[in-house]
Amino acid sequence: MNHLVIAPLLLPLLVGIVLILTQRMDIRLHRLLSVVAVLAQIGLALLLTRVVSGGDILVYNLGNWSGPFGIVLVADGLAVWMLLITALLALFALLYACQGGDVNGRHFHALFQLQLLGLNGAFLTGDLFNLFVFFEVLLLASYGLILHGGGRARVRAGLHYVVLNLAGSALFLIAVGTLYGVFGTLNMADLALKVAATPEQDLGLAKAAGLLLFAVFALKAALLPLYLWLPAAYAHTSAPVAALFAIMTKVGVYSIIRVYSLIFGADAGPAANLIEPWLLPLAMMTLLVGMLGALAATGLRQQAAYLVVASVGSLLTAFGLNNPEGIAAALYYLPHSTFAAAALFLLTDVMANRRGEVGDRFEPAPAIAHAPLLGGLFFVAVLLTIGLPPLSGFIGKFLLLRASMEHVAVVWVMAIVLSGGLMGMIAMARSGSLLFFRTLPLGGAARPVAPAVVPVLVPVVGLLMLGIAMTLFAGPIHLYVSAIAEQLLRPDLYIYAVLGEHL
Amino acid sequence: MNLFFAVLTPFLGAVLVAWASRFGRSHAAWAAGGVALTALAWLSPLLSQPFAGTTVVQRLEWMPSVGLDLVFRLDGLGLLFAGLILGIGLLVILYARYYLSERDSMGRLYAYLLLFMGSMLGVVLSENLIQLLIFWELTSLSSFLLIAYWREREMARMGARMALAITGAGGLALLGGILLLGEITGSYELSVILASGDLIRGHSLYLPTLILVLLGAFTKSAQFPFHFWLPHAMAAPTPVSAYLHSATMVKAGVFLLARLFPALSGTPEWSWLVGGAGLCTLLLGAVVALFKHDLKGLLAYSTISHLGLITLLFGIATPMAVVAGVFHIINHAIFKASLFMAAGIIDHETGTRDMRRMQGLWQFMPFTATLAMVAAASMAGVPLFNGFLSKEMLFVEASEMASQQSFGWLLPVTVTVAGIFAVAYSLRFIHDVFFGGKPLELPRTPHEPPRWMKVPVEVLVLLCLVVGLFPAQTVAPLLAVAAASTLQTALPEYNLAIWHGFNPALWMSVTALVGGVLLYLVRRPFSLLHDRFEGQLDARRLYNALLQGLMVIARRITALLDVGSLQRMVFVFIGFALLLGWMGWSGDRSVLTGSRPLLPVDAMSLLVTAVLTVISVAVVILHRQRFTALVLVGFVGLVVSLIFVKFSAPDLALTQLLVEVVTVVLLLLALYFLPQHSPVESHPLRRSRDGLLALLVGGGVGALAWAVLTRPHSSIGDFFLANSVSGGGGSNVVNVILVDFRGFDTLGEITVLALAGLAVYALLEKLHISGPSQNADGRDWNWDLHPVIMASFTRLLLPLALLVSVFILLRGHNLPGGGFIAGLVTAVALIMQYLANGVAWTHSRLSANMHPVVGVGLLIATLTGLGSFVFGYPFLTSTFGHMKWPLVGDFELASAMAFDLGVYLVVVGATLLILIHLGLMHGKEPVRGKGGH
Repeated sequence: MNHLVIAPLLLPLLVGIVLILTQRMDIRLHRLLSVVAVLAQIGLALLLTRVVSGGDILVYNLGNWSGPFGIVLVADGLAVWMLLITALLALFALLYACQGGDVNGRHFHALFQLQLLGLNGAFLTGDLFNLFVFFEVLLLASYGLILHGGGRARVRAGLHYVVLNLAGSALFLIAVGTLYGVFGTLNMADLALKVAATPEQDLGLAKAAGLLLFAVFALKAALLPLYLWLPAAYAHTSAPVAALFAIMTKVGVYSIIRVYSLIFGADAGPAANLIEPWLLPLAMMTLLVGMLGALAATGLRQQAAYLVVASVGSLLTAFGLNNPEGIAAALYYLPHSTFAAAALFLLTDVMANRRGEVGDRFEPAPAIAHAPLLGGLFFVAVLLTIGLPPLSGFIGKFLLLRASMEHVAVVWVMAIVLSGGLMGMIAMARSGSLLFFRTLPLGGAARPVAPAVVPVLVPVVGLLMLGIAMTLFAGPIHLYVSAIAEQLLRPDLYIYAVLGEHL
Repeated sequence: MNLFFAVLTPFLGAVLVAWASRFGRSHAAWAAGGVALTALAWLSPLLSQPFAGTTVVQRLEWMPSVGLDLVFRLDGLGLLFAGLILGIGLLVILYARYYLSERDSMGRLYAYLLLFMGSMLGVVLSENLIQLLIFWELTSLSSFLLIAYWREREMARMGARMALAITGAGGLALLGGILLLGEITGSYELSVILASGDLIRGHSLYLPTLILVLLGAFTKSAQFPFHFWLPHAMAAPTPVSAYLHSATMVKAGVFLLARLFPALSGTPEWSWLVGGAGLCTLLLGAVVALFKHDLKGLLAYSTISHLGLITLLFGIATPMAVVAGVFHIINHAIFKASLFMAAGIIDHETGTRDMRRMQGLWQFMPFTATLAMVAAASMAGVPLFNGFLSKEMLFVEASEMASQQSFGWLLPVTVTVAGIFAVAYSLRFIHDVFFGGKPLELPRTPHEPPRWMKVPVEVLVLLCLVVGLFPAQTVAPLLAVAAASTLQTALPEYNLAIWHGFNPALWMSVTALVGGVLLYLVRRPFSLLHDRFEGQLDARRLYNALLQGLMVIARRITALLDVGSLQRMVFVFIGFALLLGWMGWSGDRSVLTGSRPLLPVDAMSLLVTAVLTVISVAVVILHRQRFTALVLVGFVGLVVSLIFVKFSAPDLALTQLLVEVVTVVLLLLALYFLPQHSPVESHPLRRSRDGLLALLVGGGVGALAWAVLTRPHSSIGDFFLANSVSGGGGSNVVNVILVDFRGFDTLGEITVLALAGLAVYALLEKLHISGPSQNADGRDWNWDLHPVIMASFTRLLLPLALLVSVFILLRGHNLPGGGFIAGLVTAVALIMQYLANGVAWTHSRLSANMHPVVGVGLLIATLTGLGSFVFGYPFLTSTFGHMKWPLVGDFELASAMAFDLGVYLVVVGATLLILIHLGLMHGKEPVRGKGGH
């Protein structure tokens, strides 16, 4: 057993425990510990990337009980890719939080680390019920984080988020329970085998459970019609949390990719391609409502949140094409959209803090301090977010459109993706023009003293640099994600890795 | 890699210039000029190659797997454009140095200009079309920044956004077209695509491809009906207008027509679409230009008209027309840039651009006037100036087309009419500005501009003359290679001469000149007519209406969907889940009831079911009375634990029982802060709708449960039953599953519990709420009641309860019990102390800080799991053994028991953390009217 597989879980767990035990300690020590842990997390993810990049699938039998009886962790290309994305995102969200946002409430760092535990666990686990458990871990941590700092609007939006996710968890249990009732197993590889051999009288039950699971994941991913929680929740929470939450929708996306390529994928016999009729239309509509929401937004935070909705739409459109190129495009687009959204949220916060009472609302205000610098960064962040050349957003869009060329719905995909891009451009031209161009004279009032700009911009620039790096190294990255896509389309490899000795 | 560096240099240079501008305005100008020269220097070693007939292609690998590499191409056409971009760019940099006022940021303008220069170079030097598109969109973006340069002006912002929306939309269409080209030919590279003309024209995707590509070209080159953004882009500083909106960027569209000419042209669709758009634009631009009062407005519409002319030539699509088109690209760039610069000088010196206010500027600036006159003559197509040559070629082509088609005569007629208007507006530009009386109320007294501001105009005007007089000796080689690389075939025979003898084209030229002068003289009534209808027949209105429509739709849809209502969200979620569940179920011939024989119904089960049903219904009916409903919910829980007992699940029963107790206490604490009754808030119709949904969901879940339970069941549970003792060392299978087989789940769940404690703690600390000081009947709460009997009794009970919990913890591995249950027992016992003895008494004996308990519990559980690393086993591998204790006898020790201890501590710690802090909220001084949530 290679303990490297479980290390990304043990690290945040242990650090989280230490943070709980030392809760009275100086916040600076907590920050240091937290940042070091996330750096180590990045190191672990890179190590794992090196190990799995050859196509190997690492399996870790917890408690030395092999699948399908015990819980297994499975580090395949997709899981490790998600780990890497999460760790990189976490670093910059954390660095931003360390500028002072973390002391607005208790336990920020402990919750943050345990949030990472939940995320990493969800990506690594090969067991459907264990996935539920890690969903709970990451949700409970997110409940704490989303409410971090308090305030009326935040608590209200956070409460909606909590209640809706509780409903989601209940449905998750119902769906998993049904699958267990029908197939008598929770191991995903084992489920894949059993689903492929579903007897006719159980098929309806299996499909119903599979689709209920889809409803749960669609809720997490903020897919239409279940996206409504996102704009309010993201717009009202604190900036570093909103930035970290850029990965939260991706957990839903990850789960959709995992479950519907492995268990209900092309090899699933009578239940093959279960969500194919649903995913592509819903994803494209999500893209549209996201962009419409961005057009209609009254504040930059809300706009950024709607752009997250739209990016989920693009991402799942790519996956919904259900071909290797589409999946590869989705896997390229996933980190890109995560980093871009996080950068935009953080930058929004930096700007809103400089606009006094007006905050992030789309109302004219005096020119902000450090406007040229912030304007330049905003420009780059917007290019990334709405997929304009030459940055990674455009490459993602190009890959997506290229993958759709042979698809029956090519006309729809092209029309919607391109017009979505246009709407995004119009929306962001308006807001950029309002925030940076249409400034009011300062009048008699002195400009409010601007907080130091460099420390808060380090994480923003870091995230933007990730986007630029994804552009420069698009070739190798695309090769890498294409290999992951191929792996995903060969569920037998995953199944063999997990259950080899029992087959 | 020279081409790559030539393109990269301006981008890097933009940063350099922005930095250099802090040292002074001239530093910025020198730096910008240096950057342009450097880019030129990178190109210079390659300049001879296109003339030798070679196409330079340089490749940098980027994404070879999807056919997207950075590939640069230098051929005749690219060379021509690169020359225009860098040459005129240099002149514009010089000009802008003197144009901008002290208040304007020099560095910003130059930085944007260089960004644009790099983008434009990228467009014309791209071999890969996706790469071309990247630079194409960059030109739109940098143009946005440049138009909005005077950012405080409303017109500038509006014009910038409009230009971006139109050209950006065109770019997206072009992306679609390029993708289709790639789909047809299997490559995005020009060398492949240009050689695949027949394949493309014969393909079923030809028409959509053509339309998408043309959308890109027409929006960029301001062709009808997308022309309206260009006049609004005139809000940019004049150097920008001269550079982008006459000489270079708007030429990107016609460049694209030229570039893809061999691949797409030669079909009726091409002729009609390209020729038609070109003809309309030519005429429309020329007519409107005559009536514009704004100097730059006139030039803008004239630019539109000339772009239409070029487009028309590509639409005619004979080899000779292509040569003429390429030639006119050169000529127009030269004379229009100089005219814009002249207009900028006039604006700069007089402070206005309104031609109705300025006359007779000749007396103030005769030199500038002379320059402008030469350029305007070229624009009008007067012989001996360069514009005449290419316009004459158009007339030739138009007259030759006349004989080939039934309505062919329309073409020469329209072209001649446009020519008449061109002469008229050129005349107006000169006569209205420089002659015809004295200027009216000019903001400033004009005089000749600074020496170096005139130099760029002089250079360009000199070119107009030289090319016009000696075309064969000057421009011919460049035109030849550019046209040849456009056509990708041998050039037709042609002669760049001023005099071609008496042919129809000559008569058309003469008609245009004479007619133009006449038209100018009688223009007044038409001008009034135009002023009356100005802005009414304008595509811009359509654009604004579309944009407004989009915004309204966006707001309506968003407001309709996103109402911030939790009820709505939950309704949608449940409804969606129902729909999905039903769709999954109903598709196939599914059987609801499985084959398993049903158990006989006994009286006890029937009774319990009936009780459960009655209570559940009662909860629904009485849910507005919150305390009553809570008690009933607790009752439901108790009945469920009885059901567990009935089905021989003592662990579950115990857990359910204790969880129920803790939950009810927790909810009671929370309910204290809430009104005791829920008011009716929703409409009866909505309540019936929700009721129906609830019934459907309940029915659905019931059906699922029924379907699962009636099916024969074999699961991994059988393995657990068989291996519990041998593999896990415990006979209580439930506990062995919890701490061993699926111990990892348990670790996760106690983390969840710990998180809940932490999150509630963090939230409560930030929450300032106060409970009511009176109950529903208006009586004050009693604050000091701790019944003596209960207090004494619970104190006595505590050690017993703790003993029981230790017992339960220890025996858990083999008999009902375990860390979770034991933890709950302890928690309940401790909570009892709070309830019976009060907070003060309890706190003096028990720390309220439960964080260490939670942390230590998690730590023990995790360390137990880590212990197995020492022995080389995976995380959480358990071991067990038997040992003999004196007096006790045989005693089993399992590592899982340490894990269970961790579970125990977390359960105690987290439960108490929540309950204590929720309870402590009560201790806070009740304040009426203070805002809560």
